[in-house]
Parts: sequence; C-alpha cells; structure tokens
Amino acid sequence: MTTPAEAVPEVRKDGSQHKQKQMIADHFSRLARAPRTGDKCVYTFVPGNLTELLLSFDLLPVLPEINALQSGMRGKSREYISLAEKQGHSEDVCTYVKCDLGMMKSGNVGPTGEKIPDPDLLLLSYTGCFTFMKWFEILRQEYGAPVAMLHVPYQGDGEITAAMRDYVVEQLRRNVIPALERVSGKSYDEDRLSELLARSARAEDDLVWVLESAKNRPSPIDAYFGGVYYIGPIFTAFRGTDEAIDYYRELRAEVEQRLADGRGPLAPDGEIEERFRLVVEGPPNWTSFREFWRMFADEGAVVVASSYTKVGGVYDTGFRHDPARPLESLADYCMGCYTNLNLPRRVELLSRYVVDYGADGLLVNSVKSCNSFSAGQLMILREVENRTGAPGGFIESDLVDPRYFAASNIKNRLESYLQMIDQKRQAGGTA
Amino acid sequence: MKYTVGIDLGSTTTKAVVLGDGGEILGRGITNSRSNYAVACEVALVEALIAARFGLVERAMAGLEADESIRRAWLEQLQEGLRLGQYRAQLDSLGAVLAREARGSGLEAGVREIMDALGAEAPQLYGPGTARQSDFFRDLSGSRYRHFASIAASGAPGLFDPLVGLFDKSILEVENSPAAGEFSSLVRAALAGLDGVPGALRGAVEEAAAVPLELAVSVGTGYGRATLPFPKEQIRSEILCHGLGAHAMFPRTRTVLDIGGQDTKAIQVDPQGIVTSFQMNDRCAAGCGRYLGYIADEMNLGLHELGPLAQQATRTVRINSTCTVFAGAELRERLSLGERREDILAGLHRAVVLRAMALLARSGGVADEFTFTGGVAKNPAAVEALRQLTAENYDGPTLNISPDSIYTGALGAALFARRDWQRSLN
Amino acid sequence: MTGELELVVAEAEELFRDLRLGAVRRWKEETGGLAVGYMPIYVPLELFHAQGVMPVGIFGGGDQLEIIRGDAYYQSYICHIPRSTIELGLNGAFDCLDGMVFPAICDVVRNLSGMWKLQFPDRLVRYLDVPQNFDPEVGGRFYRAELESLAAELAARGAASYDASRLRESIAVYNELRGRVRDLYDLRRREPWKVPTHELYVLLRASVVQPVEASIRLLDRYREAALAADERRPMDQARVLVTGSFCEQPPLGLIRTLERSGCYVVDDDFVQIHRWMECDLPTGGDPLASLVDAFLADSVASPVRYIGEETKGRALLERVERSGAEGVLFCAPSFCDPALLDQPMIVAAVEAAGIPWTAFKYAENNGQFQVIREQAGTFSDSIKLWSD
Repeated sequence: MTTPAEAVPEVRKDGSQHKQKQMIADHFSRLARAPRTGDKCVYTFVPGNLTELLLSFDLLPVLPEINALQSGMRGKSREYISLAEKQGHSEDVCTYVKCDLGMMKSGNVGPTGEKIPDPDLLLLSYTGCFTFMKWFEILRQEYGAPVAMLHVPYQGDGEITAAMRDYVVEQLRRNVIPALERVSGKSYDEDRLSELLARSARAEDDLVWVLESAKNRPSPIDAYFGGVYYIGPIFTAFRGTDEAIDYYRELRAEVEQRLADGRGPLAPDGEIEERFRLVVEGPPNWTSFREFWRMFADEGAVVVASSYTKVGGVYDTGFRHDPARPLESLADYCMGCYTNLNLPRRVELLSRYVVDYGADGLLVNSVKSCNSFSAGQLMILREVENRTGAPGGFIESDLVDPRYFAASNIKNRLESYLQMIDQKRQAGGTA
Repeated sequence: MKYTVGIDLGSTTTKAVVLGDGGEILGRGITNSRSNYAVACEVALVEALIAARFGLVERAMAGLEADESIRRAWLEQLQEGLRLGQYRAQLDSLGAVLAREARGSGLEAGVREIMDALGAEAPQLYGPGTARQSDFFRDLSGSRYRHFASIAASGAPGLFDPLVGLFDKSILEVENSPAAGEFSSLVRAALAGLDGVPGALRGAVEEAAAVPLELAVSVGTGYGRATLPFPKEQIRSEILCHGLGAHAMFPRTRTVLDIGGQDTKAIQVDPQGIVTSFQMNDRCAAGCGRYLGYIADEMNLGLHELGPLAQQATRTVRINSTCTVFAGAELRERLSLGERREDILAGLHRAVVLRAMALLARSGGVADEFTFTGGVAKNPAAVEALRQLTAENYDGPTLNISPDSIYTGALGAALFARRDWQRSLN
Repeated sequence: MTGELELVVAEAEELFRDLRLGAVRRWKEETGGLAVGYMPIYVPLELFHAQGVMPVGIFGGGDQLEIIRGDAYYQSYICHIPRSTIELGLNGAFDCLDGMVFPAICDVVRNLSGMWKLQFPDRLVRYLDVPQNFDPEVGGRFYRAELESLAAELAARGAASYDASRLRESIAVYNELRGRVRDLYDLRRREPWKVPTHELYVLLRASVVQPVEASIRLLDRYREAALAADERRPMDQARVLVTGSFCEQPPLGLIRTLERSGCYVVDDDFVQIHRWMECDLPTGGDPLASLVDAFLADSVASPVRYIGEETKGRALLERVERSGAEGVLFCAPSFCDPALLDQPMIVAAVEAAGIPWTAFKYAENNGQFQVIREQAGTFSDSIKLWSD
C-alpha cells in the first residue's frame, strides 16, 4: 500500500521539475482566487485544448483530466470513484470521469487544497475520445454551465482533408469564439492569438529537442515517467506563455548538461543506469505512479519514447502552431493529437519510435478506462513486432482506479518481458 | 557431487528439481505451498534431495545380485519406510503443538486420544502398494485427524469443531517450521524397520548416503516469485523457466501452454528454448484451473473426475462465460434447463480451452511442436478439446504432455542455475 | 393465417441466424453488385442503394458464434461486439462483403475501423464521421463532404457513380421501409400481444441482411398475418420501454425472457437504423441535402449524438409518453461507453418524472437469464401492483 504522501514522486527531482510544480501550483492558486478577481474559468480537455485561444480572452483553463490524475496521485481517487459509483455511474466506464465527479461532490478541492471554481463555460473539445462528450454532458447537468462544442473529426483515413479543417475552423468561428466572447466579455483578437501561437511554437521546438534527446545512449531522459512532467506545462494551461518558453529552455539546458555528462535520467530513487530501452504505448497508472516507475527503474529500463506524451499534441513529426494561420493551425493541432490518429498511423509512429530510438521493444500499458487507447492495442503490438522484429510486452492497469493496479501481476509481466529481452540478447551475443 | 537446483514456488504446490554435475536430473520434490515460502522451498528441496539419494541408491543397487523386480521391491519398501519415518516425526511435532494449544481447554484428553490413534495407524498408511490420499502432511494428517476427531466426539458432538479448530491452528505452526529430513538418519531408521535386508542393499544405502551433495547454484521462480526466499539475481521469471523447461523435456517445442491454478501462460520459444514472446491471462482467473475447481466443488466431484466425466458427453453445450464468479450460477441454470451434466462439462472444458486459445493467438499462435503443461494438462477432456481446436486452427501440431509436466518450471529454473554455475566457473 | 405468421417469422429468423450472409451472397450472384457492411447505429443506406450497392447490417455474432480468434484482439474490459465482428471477418463469413463502413459510435468501433484497415488492406474500409455540430452551414457542410467522398469511394470500387435522380428513388424506397417499420411499432404500441417483440426483432434483424425490397415484402406479409391473428389475446403484462441496446444487440433469449417475465416491450432502440429519422425524407429536390438535413434535424436522441442545448432525458420521457410505457428498462451491454455513460443522466430524468425503472447489463452471447428473469419479473409485478 502506498500512502498519499508516498504516491507523489518528490524524492529526487530535477530543477525543471521544481519549476514545473511551482507553475502548476501558481495556476491552481490563480484559479482559487478567481471568484475574487473575477477571472472566468473554462473547463476543457488536454487533447485538442485551445489554450492560446482561451488565453487570448484572458480566460483560465481548468482541465478535469489533470485534476483526476492529481487525485489519483494524492490517493483520493478510490474514495471519489466509489462516491460516483454509489450515485449510479457504472463500474465499466472511465475512472477519470468518476474521479472528477466524486471530487466535485466532495467540494472540488484541488491538489493545492483550495477549491477549484465552478466553470463559467464547458469547452467541449471533442478530440480523440468519445467519453469527453458524455463527461461534459454530465458536467453540464451538474453545474448548469453553458457548453461550447468543438467536434474534431477523426483521422479515419489517416489524413487531414480540407473539408475536415474547414469544419473545425468554421466551428471555431461560429460557435467557440462567440461563446468565449460571451463569457469573457471581450472581442476576439486574432493578433493576440497569433502572438501566443508564435510563443507556443518556440516552446514546442525545445520540447521536441528534449524528447528526441532520448535517441542518445544512454538516454538522458525517461520519456514516459519523466515525460509526463515534461509535457505538463505545454499540455495544460501554459502553451503560448512566456513561462512555458522559459520552462522548456531551462529543461533543455538541464538535459543538455546531463547529456554532456553522459548521465541517465533521474528516477525518484536516483539515477537510472540504462539496461533496457523501451517504447511505451498507453497512459501510465497514477495511483501507484512511483511504484510503477520504480519497477522499471530497478531493472534499468528507460523509456525512450511514448505515445502518452503525444496525447496533447504530436510535435515530433513536424507540426508547430503557426501564427500565420492561427485558426487553421489550431484545427490541425486538434486533429493531429495522438488519440485522433487511426490505428495504421499509430502503428507507423510506434514502429518508427522503436527503430529511430534504438529500442529493445514496445511495451503496452493497457488501461481499463481508456478505450480510445486500449481498443486495438493487442493488434498494434503484433503489428509493431512484425514490422520492427523487436519483441512486444503487455501489461494492464488503470488510470486512477487503484483496484486495477495489481502490483505483483504487473511486476511479474514486466520482469518476464525484460528477462526475455536479456535472454535474447545473450543468445545473440550482443549483451 | 555439486548439484544445481531449481525451485518453482506455485500458488498451490512448490516444486524442486535437482540436477547433477553432468546436468542429469537427480531428483524431484514437491510439497504444498504455505504461508512461509522459505519453508515451502526448503521442504521441496529436501524432498528432491531425498529422491536424488534414492536415485543414487538405485544406481548402487546394480551390485545387488537379484533381478529387477526384487530390487524394485526393496527400493519401494525402503522409500515407504522412510516416508513413514517422516510422517511420524511430523506427527510428533504436531502432537507437541496440539498438546500445548489444548492446555486448559478441556480438549486435552480428546487430543491425546486422536494422536494415539494417528500414531497407531501410521504403519498401515505406508508400505508397498498403499494408496494414500495425499503425500502432503497437511492433507494426509488433516483428513485422518478429522476421522479420529469424529470418533472422539461421537459421544459429545460439540467437541468435533473445537478439535478440528485446534488442528487448523496447530498445523500452520508445524508446516511453517523448518523441515526435518536428514537422509542418512531417516534411511537408517527405515532400514532398521525392514527384515532380512541383504548386505549389498545396506552397502548401497551407505554408499549413497555418503556421497557429498553440495549445492552449487539455486534459481527460484514461480507465482510467489516476488517474495521468493532467494537473492534477486537468483530469481528468474516463470515464463523463461517454463520455456526452457519445456524445451528440455521436448527439444522440438516451439509453443508452450501452461494452465495452472491461478494463471494461464502462452509462450513461444526458439529452437534453443529462448522465449521470443508470451502472453498471460489478465487479472481475473477466468478460464484457469481454479475455475474447474469451482465447478468440481459445485458438482461435489473431485477435480480429477471432471475430465473423464466430460468425455462421456454426447454433445457439447455452449458455455460463453468462464467467469469463476458466475460458474456456479451458469451450471445450475444449465442443469435446471435439463442439460446433461456430462454435456455441460464438455462445454465448460471447451470454454476453458478457448480462453487459452485466445492467449495463444495473442502470443503468436501455435507452432509445431506444442507442449502443454500445468495441472490442467492432466485433465483428459481439456487435452482433447485443445487437440481438436489446435488441429482446426493450426494444422494439427504435435502435442506433447509430460507426466512430469508439473516440474516444467522447476526444471527450467534448475537449467538456469546450471548455466549460472558454469558461467561462474569460466 | 397462423401458419403464415409462423412462416414469415421462421423466414426472418433464418436470415437473422445466417451469420454467413446467404441472402447477400445470393443477391451478389444475381446482380453482380457490391455489398458493403456497416456497424450498427446510423449510416445513409439510401446512398448505397442509389449506387447499386447492398448495405449489410453487421450487428455482431449473437449467442451462436463461438469466439476462437476474436478474443485475441481484445482485453477483457471491452464489449463483445468487436470480438464477434473480428471473428466473423477472420472466419470468412464476410467474404461476400466488398467493404465495411464504421459509423461514429464510440472509440471501440472507431478503432475497429483502423484494425480492419490493417487486417483487410485490400477492402474498402471507411470510418464515417457524422457531425456533432448541427448547424447546416457547419456540420451540414462537413457531412455533405463526407457523403460525397463516400460516394466517390464506392464508385472507385466499381459501384455506379452518384446520381441525384437515383438517390431520390432510393430515398423513396427507404421511406417505404421506414413507414412499414413505423407501422409495426405503432401496432405493437397499440396491441403488443399481436406483435411480440421477439418476432418484431428478428424481422428487423432480417431487414438489414437482405435487399430492402425483400424486407418491405416480408414486413407486409408479417403485418397482414399479425393483424389477422385473433387468437393472440391481451395478457396482464407491464408495458415497458427498453433502452441502451442500440449497438451490441441483446440475445434473442433475453428479449424472450423479458416477455415471459411479464413485460410488453412497447418501445425500444434495437436495430434503430430504420427509425433513426422519425419522418419520411423528401423525395424531391437535392437528395444529398435531404440526407444531410434529415440527419441534422430529425435524428433520434441517441447517446452517440451530442444533444446540444436540449435537456438530457427529455427525448426519452417523450417516448415513454408516446408509447404509454409504464416503466423503463435500462438494458445496456457490458462495457458500452455510450449507453453506460448516458445512463445516470437519463435515470435522473426518469426518476424526476416518477417513472419506475430498473437496469441490467448483458453481452450479446449471454446464455443465462435467470437473474434478468427475476429482476424483470419483479419489476413488472411491481408496476402492475402500482397501477392497480
């Protein structure tokens, strides 16, 4: 059993991690002050988030997924989920939703101990996840707040067509922007949006550099457990801000230094000595995040690339927010998020990661909550194995439901998988 | 002689395989798993070493001028005598704990009466050709204890439950205490109990007892692997051990299926027995051996009776759920609909094998040759269903099942131990 | 006439049970046309029909299909219909299909479209993204582009090119079918003993695996025979509305169980495609615009659709009112995101309206109904008790 205090990784941290934590804490404080300052809050989702657009109206984003995962890390999710289930929410469905509802019913107290204000608007950016739509229908019923719906079409054929882009841009113009104008009392200012987007692109450049640093041996970063910290600012409330630019510049310098020193990534218990290089598909478990990471770190397994760090935007294939075509590039951003990619594209991306990052194989962490990720993962695994020749591994857990984190089961499979890789290497004489 | 050992700590049984310095199997040992893993492993090892010594006795008995059947008969008498000695020693420990626990409870006389009866009947439980319900002390002494407890309580039925309660409490301490089992003293006592022992046999026993057996390396694996009483570097994944063990038993093995009590594993190995891919069942134990256990309980049958009964089916009822939670309900509903028990059982076995087929497909399919291990491999109806489904879906690969398949993981672990040992020598 | 009734139902049941799609194979041999499968919920059947393509409803494998390979593709916490669909795809049942269309139901079906692309790279595989924005200038424009691209894709595979006058004709044909289905639902609403749901259900299932013209004839024969079945007398049963079963379908045994437990099903969302739009579509004008407008304005309030500013549950309450249902059965497949995420909101509305309800889950291959029998029996008894 982990206690809530243990569940939050805070033993050994990089400077960037402290900065990140401070940024997020400041954001929550700003949210808590909103009822007094008169700032308006817009609830929205990580995939397909329109942070620059919100910031251009001086609106504060609230991300219920992040709140849910924070609740998971703080050891609160069991109680929240159970509360939602008692109120009739099915045991079969997404635990982020139930955790969020349980938190709301328990006073909506965020990770800093302050109450998160009610939404002034629910910006339903319906991107890559069916559950999002239901989630905000439920929240609309709970809060009585207005909803602005942005339907982001799926890349069923693996591409973004002009019709798809027009559809998103038209929704932004006709539905989303007017809703934001109503709630903020301000007019849409495209120049301001463009400035924000230009800043986004700068931070994105540094983020991509950091993620790609894992191509080095040893990798200076862990692109999954460490990666979730790196993506924090840009996936949440900070894309388009100077703070994000600073954070990613600092992070990059930190990683450059580690690279120059030939050092591996920093895990909660210290630096990892790289023995295995893995690509991981699927979100992590949050309730036992540290224990989960330790299982990898203890074996010298470093994650060199992951799909989860692309859930709020795929930047390493060239996309950047573009100040010259603000709404179009927001549309492309939304449609390009990882879970909005069809399965053949996911297979291509993961196969390329295995090859480009010199990984020993692809490991899938299949979470019960998230069908957008999980449905088809077994096939993805087999396809990537076939294409790369690197062996695949499969473990199962959940996002924030501690009932679905069976530590010994996961450890057993993970170690079996790593030992298999090791045995293969020894047989191949490359150990 | 230096030996290496592999120990497989399973959810129900713990197995040990001892290899000689030439890599040959010297002995196998098995015991019931218990809360103290270290003791379970030690008992399994002691059993395997006793078996190893008997192997040496058997070899040394080649000098005994008698034909094969007579040599076998002597060996069997000796083994049974040794088992009796072990049983009695454990009864003594049990008696001591029971006496202590019973103190002041008013059950002292009852306990004494039962223990006396257990001691008195012990020789009848052992001997050439006797069939015991179990070789595990907990099971054997438990069932006999209950038998005599019911006699002791025949005049006062209220005594039975407290008496059994005492046993349940005491057996934990007895079986979690370090194993007593030194071969030479046990075998000498056994010899003393036999009449007309030929001198050559006595010599063979002394010779075998005198061989120094020295542990080189041990490797552990199994369900309780995370808490195995071995240093980390001496632990190997059960997947790897099963793969290598199956390869050792059937060198042409390319696919291994293991259906145990708690989990099911589908493993692909290369021509050297190296695992190339594997899949395990998810958290729930649907479709594992445990499921058949529930069914057996529900039908009031022994686990071993299920398969043969299912083979008498005239048709196979379609069972769509192998959920252990719903097993009983599904069974009762089928029975209430007038389905024959045999036909339902045939369907249940097929359902279990279908679950395994899904894992096999996930791991990469079924290649020739195909080795089936684990407790369910002993079930003829499951084997038949597996044979049929693999024939229909994978061009009928050769299906291997070893009578020693329960030792597959331990054998693989022993082979890993041997590799580690050889590496350390170089 | 009873003989005819049994004959029609038997004919429908045979079509429904025929997972190898014999009627589709026969139609293809006769006409040489293309056949394209579609997953449940809504696809524009008229468009396929107009291009000479037979749309074939793929509603899972039911309780008769043994899953041998399908489970290798899915974790235990995912619903059953994609397993059986994959199983049928792999075992050759769909060899007669030239393609598959996956409508926007949920993430599982959406991802299945990609799996299908990987598994059957030579076939037409299409994810049909229907708009969740119902502004004709926004969602309407997008949907029209989707339909045009679907039409072009079908033509590229050898179907007839898109032709407006043919689409108008096809809309008329499907109006006929929709009308027949509507009539039977009306009849069942008025005299549920005349149209048992287990019969109506197999007729609907048959209607998605044979040519539309044949479906119309079958429904006509059934209606005539059912109206004449005077020996079918009303019984003291509770009138219930069943909701939640719009994608993975309940096994027929479950529907029979509900009826035997004392329930008349007077409205449901089984095989909803012919009732997706409650009105006939215009047979004149720009037919693509008719399809688009009808989708935007007249679609049912399915959990797979965003309902905008409407009140959650209002549509269901209206259906309860119209059907004269005395209670609501929430009957959803296990792990069905759309149904199960929607349910608490709808339950709240139903409860606020004082309508009795109960809920249970199923999988398409369930074989045991004891619990449901008891639950539905208790439910219908309590309704009858209250109404007395």
